[in-house]
Amino acid sequence: MTTVTTKAAATATPAATVGTPYLDADSGQVLVRPGAITAADAGSLAGAAAGSLGLVWLLYERILPFSGALGFWVCWYVAFLAFYWGIARTQWESRHVREKIATAVFTGAGVLVVAVLADLIGYIGWRGAKAVGHGNFLTTDMQRTGPLDRLDSGGILHAMIGSLEQLGLATLFAVPLGIAAAVFMSEVGGRLAQPVRTVVNAMTALPSIVAGLFVLGSVILTLGYDRSGFAASLALTVMMMPIVTRASEVVIRVVPNTLREASYALGGSQWRTVWNVVLPTARSGLTTAILLGMARAVGETSPVLLSAGFTPRKNANPFSGQQVSLPLYVWNYVRYPQEDMKVRAFGAALALMSIVLILFVAARVAGGRRPGELSRRSLRRLARDRASGASDASGASAPATSATSTAPPPPAARPAPVTTAVIPSRPEPAS
Amino acid sequence: MSAVSAAAPGAGGLVDEVFGPPPPQLPPSGPASGGAPVPGEQAPIPIIPGVSRGDRVFRAVFRSAGLSVFVIMGLIALFLATRGAQALRATGWSFLTEQRWQTATHRFGVGAVLLDGIIIALIALVIAVPVALCAAVYIAEYAPAGLRRLLISLIDLMAAVPSIVYGLWGLIFLTPRVIGFEAWLSSHLGGVLPFLKVRNEQVAASFTQSAFIAGVVVALMVIPIICSLSREVFSQAPTGEREGAYALGSTRWGMVRTVVLPFGKGGVIGAVMLGFGRAMGETIAVALIISPVFAISTHPLQAGGNSISALIALRYGESDKLALSALMAAGLVLFLITLLVNMAAAAVISRSRSGAATNE
Repeated sequence: MTTVTTKAAATATPAATVGTPYLDADSGQVLVRPGAITAADAGSLAGAAAGSLGLVWLLYERILPFSGALGFWVCWYVAFLAFYWGIARTQWESRHVREKIATAVFTGAGVLVVAVLADLIGYIGWRGAKAVGHGNFLTTDMQRTGPLDRLDSGGILHAMIGSLEQLGLATLFAVPLGIAAAVFMSEVGGRLAQPVRTVVNAMTALPSIVAGLFVLGSVILTLGYDRSGFAASLALTVMMMPIVTRASEVVIRVVPNTLREASYALGGSQWRTVWNVVLPTARSGLTTAILLGMARAVGETSPVLLSAGFTPRKNANPFSGQQVSLPLYVWNYVRYPQEDMKVRAFGAALALMSIVLILFVAARVAGGRRPGELSRRSLRRLARDRASGASDASGASAPATSATSTAPPPPAARPAPVTTAVIPSRPEPAS
Repeated sequence: MSAVSAAAPGAGGLVDEVFGPPPPQLPPSGPASGGAPVPGEQAPIPIIPGVSRGDRVFRAVFRSAGLSVFVIMGLIALFLATRGAQALRATGWSFLTEQRWQTATHRFGVGAVLLDGIIIALIALVIAVPVALCAAVYIAEYAPAGLRRLLISLIDLMAAVPSIVYGLWGLIFLTPRVIGFEAWLSSHLGGVLPFLKVRNEQVAASFTQSAFIAGVVVALMVIPIICSLSREVFSQAPTGEREGAYALGSTRWGMVRTVVLPFGKGGVIGAVMLGFGRAMGETIAVALIISPVFAISTHPLQAGGNSISALIALRYGESDKLALSALMAAGLVLFLITLLVNMAAAAVISRSRSGAATNE
């Protein structure tokens, strides 16, 4: 079969392989490689970028009375598109010019998003490093530190303790509830499943300040408890639970139905099937869901703002007394006029960002696999077992099978033997 | 489970024992004639298994977990309504139109705050929607496969960055760099578009803490939501139609324009509405950046702005009962608006062709 080229390659300068059919040695098929970058493409792009940069720099910085970095980059991008359009027009037909411009616009948006994210993290890291560089920053609280003190006094220990305790409590409440709701929607089902899904979706988009206001109105004002870490963790639970539920429902739903049927066929009850088959199969996805929910919850500021109170002292007891957490620490100290206080806020933001990043990377590492998909190590072990088993048997075709053994691997979950099924203990009467 | 040994009377004794008692809708003549049209024929025997006690407990427990979301949402609405009732009684319907916020003199309402919040959200959308959609098209259609996974992860990470970090970045990093752009807009386009005009434009301070800067920061927080949803929708565009467009000689941009974008239209509209809801509810970044005013900010580049959530975040510490009640009422308004926007977005998504394809 010949792969048809997806682009009229005749207009582009025919480089060695682009656009020309060639015999692929591996597959023995005649292939055409479409859309690769030619020297003319790269040259036009680089020329337009460099030319517009030079022109805009000259006009913006030297001749016209403009200032500000944002305006500079906006002007540069507009000039770049104009230059690129002009250069492209001289060598390609109009349809191709549009294609090139569209590619440049879309790629530019992708680069912009990544650049903003990198700038955000980089700037927080750069400013925060000054505070974190002091050894006392991670080991002391702010009890003896006034606004005029230098960076070698005061730290974020109390905020770290508060953040971790509140996050732990919220996880404790939100994860069982969230996963149970997800199991209800996908396994138990019924008429109520769809309304529950709708409400969970609405809850995901609940403004975070409303969650804080809810806890303020119920726990603190109506029930009369003081502001505390526990109240904050309740507000975080409201924010975290729908995230866990939605993410878990997606991974529970992709558990292959054949696994459930196998469990039922072995006499497993529904409870046993969920506990021993569905949840273990979805384990990696559920871990991702939990970790992502934690990453979201730890950075929530406004629910905590209304329910945790503020204290510069270390308070390791979330159930009594006000307790500060990292986002609240940032919120409070960034509004001081002193430069060192702002640096402290950046240091706390850096610590917060690090926690989020750790949770996020852990979620990605844990959730790289689909349900039933084996990890690389167990795949290797499986291939080794198969290879040794096959070479014992025949030996001839063993390497080939082990090399291409990407056939659907057996499910990762092995249901425990079910003894308490609905099978009667009495022997079947002879009919 | 073997406790179900009390054999039911009739022909179905064994079946009952194996599968539990028959459900009541089964006719008493036995399961063999349960759904079969003619008893004599070789019809499949419908077996309706009963539910063991363990399963019944399991279902009850998990059903109550599922129903707990109703309880939580109901409690939120209930507490906001009861705590806000005092303020709503004091002002009546004028709560929705009154622009001032003077709780001591019983003159307060969300008229200005709500509109200012909507203005910030609209500024955010004006910036976020083009960027997010272009980035989504890039990730779904243009990026190489290896890069695609990384980009998807990065967009997810962008959604997980705490809002306080965005606020900090916007306040300290972005503000000095955006002032020049604002001044340029004000002095050059202010004549044509009067709402861009700013008083005292020689002074940089008249541009800081403006609704525009808050909008830019909120835009960054909305981009990942719109981007990831639209990307998901775009990547679901049917392969057959894509190949059809290519086979007719279309370029990649032609294919995107004629196949991917029309397919994803419904999903994109829903994503934009979800982004609007998120932008309305965004608190900390807005509260950190703007200087609160209680008037409709018709000049978004001018310092001063507000939103319901920023109002709550800046004033929650008040001890006056009526003032707190007014904040609760404002929170109730915000809650209802975001609920409506999200319900509408969900309806749009589920009715569109792309939404039906991606309906998780």
